[in-house]
Amino acid sequence: MIYLNAFLFAGIACLLAQLILDNTKLTPGHVTSLFTVLGAFFGFLGLYDKFISFAGGGATTIISNFGYVLYKGAYLGFQEQGILGIFTGLLTKGSCAIVGAVVFSFVLVLLFKPKD
Amino acid sequence: MDKDEYKKLVKQLTPKENKGKNAIIAFLVGGAIGVIAEGIANLLVHCFAIAKTESYLWTCLIVIFVASLFTALGFFDNWVSKTKAGLILPTTGFAHSVTSAGLDYKRDGLITGIGANLFKLAGSVILYGIIGAFFFSILGVIIYG
Repeated sequence: MIYLNAFLFAGIACLLAQLILDNTKLTPGHVTSLFTVLGAFFGFLGLYDKFISFAGGGATTIISNFGYVLYKGAYLGFQEQGILGIFTGLLTKGSCAIVGAVVFSFVLVLLFKPKD
Repeated sequence: MDKDEYKKLVKQLTPKENKGKNAIIAFLVGGAIGVIAEGIANLLVHCFAIAKTESYLWTCLIVIFVASLFTALGFFDNWVSKTKAGLILPTTGFAHSVTSAGLDYKRDGLITGIGANLFKLAGSVILYGIIGAFFFSILGVIIYG
């Protein structure tokens, strides 16, 4: 059942993104940024936790999850350290994606040649 | 030729894309990515006995690695342009934009090329993600305590 939910959730998110791309002048950069902020917003509303328990990997794989983990990191940071915690905690959970993308990309860029 | 005529001409010559087909492709590909991610996460939980929340982080890394590798190997650009938002919206799009920016500017050197341009495309996601999360978390703290 969770596989069906994962399919539907990720699919509908991508469908919405595609509709925005096709019917407006926004670029993929706009749309991914928009969905990231929306992820933080749904995190703030307390809905993204529910999305993840509903759709599992479908909710954690789209870019909105990045916005959500940033929000979560900042919010939990505040619980531990107050205002300072927002600054120290914001990137803690999002670190995985950023460090992963930087390390893998850098090594691969050094190893491979661009195709013209 | 005045402005209106020119605009008309541009409109005529712009290739018409089939929006319905694009939307269906994005839906199917995006959904498939979601299913694959859930599958990897479940596999990790069963094979390595790690917690479900950790398995999603490993899955995230695997997806990023695979997308970066496919970009570096050269055929992912083609996939992205064919599947549209289906591969752009998932983390694959993030990894793809970082790696392809790195490859594109590799010839300009380590600092002014790769260093200055690696986040040329993905930078806006990180910027607005941080800005959004910062202000929403302040709102959250005020409202939920």
